[in-house]
Amino acid sequence: MTGRVKLTAQVLSVALVAGLFALLVWKLAVQDEGAARKLGRGEIVEAPAFRLDRLDAPGKVSLATYRGRPVVLNFWGSWCDPCKAEAPVLEATWKRYRDRGLVVLGVDFHDVKSAARDFARDNDMSYPIAYDGPGATLSDYGVTAAPETFFVGPDGKLVCERIQGGLHLDRNRGRFEECVQELLTA
Amino acid sequence: MRTLVAFVTALVLAGPAAAACPTLAGMEGKVMCPTCKTTLDQSDAPVARQIKAFIERRAEACVSEEQIKDELVAQFGPAVLAAPPREGFHWLAWLLPLGGLLAGAVVVSVLVWRWSRKRPAPPSAPDSNGRPALDPEAERRLDRELARFDG
Repeated sequence: MTGRVKLTAQVLSVALVAGLFALLVWKLAVQDEGAARKLGRGEIVEAPAFRLDRLDAPGKVSLATYRGRPVVLNFWGSWCDPCKAEAPVLEATWKRYRDRGLVVLGVDFHDVKSAARDFARDNDMSYPIAYDGPGATLSDYGVTAAPETFFVGPDGKLVCERIQGGLHLDRNRGRFEECVQELLTA
Repeated sequence: MRTLVAFVTALVLAGPAAAACPTLAGMEGKVMCPTCKTTLDQSDAPVARQIKAFIERRAEACVSEEQIKDELVAQFGPAVLAAPPREGFHWLAWLLPLGGLLAGAVVVSVLVWRWSRKRPAPPSAPDSNGRPALDPEAERRLDRELARFDG
């Protein structure tokens, strides 16, 4: 191997390793940073857009459909026990405030579709539900478990904070009510 | 005799169909749990149990394994399969490791070939005293040093 070929091979090897390292840093620093983390830092965050199949009806549903209205965005799965416990809280909120323009939008993820439909029917969930089986929206929002709830203002920006865990829990119930009120006045 | 022929014919026809029915045990290692990122046979997460129940229901209906996989992919996306399908872009996942292996084999072969060519220089012929002879430059230098010493 001549000196020039050897040098080229060494440069290419170093460039390859540097490229892979840069890719790793980029993935950790940028791609994995969901909206929840930015919101936690106090940044003004646009709610990540999505367009998904509807679980409760034929056709698609997108967040943009509800632009101009306050949205309670709830991520859930039928395999999640706290999701069952908090379902009445969400349904009551939807029924109480929908005349004031508020929308409760469920996003069912990592779920068998038939089981999710049974769950929605058994728990009398009458608000619109999007189906995200592959979990495509999770990293954008920074969802790490179910259930998690976000609040999207009429301008499409996230408001208040992300609530992790069931909304029926004492530690979350009061904060949820506050965030709904903040959303209605946003 | 006619009954026997009919029975054997029914067995022959029913045999392959019965054998084609998938089982949960046969599919657990080929399907991923979407939350825990392991195959179903290694997971007891709620969603994994749900997918297992789905596979069992479909298997009981004797739906083919490919059909069940297609239904799971339609719901969870291609990542639900432990091995990527052998089609389109997914071929990369099969071919890249093979390519890497071949490239590694070529590099190792070239290095081994080069190392095998670098043989150590044969030792110079032994002197009359049985020790290896000095190279001419060293011998000249030794002579100069001895001459200076003698002088």
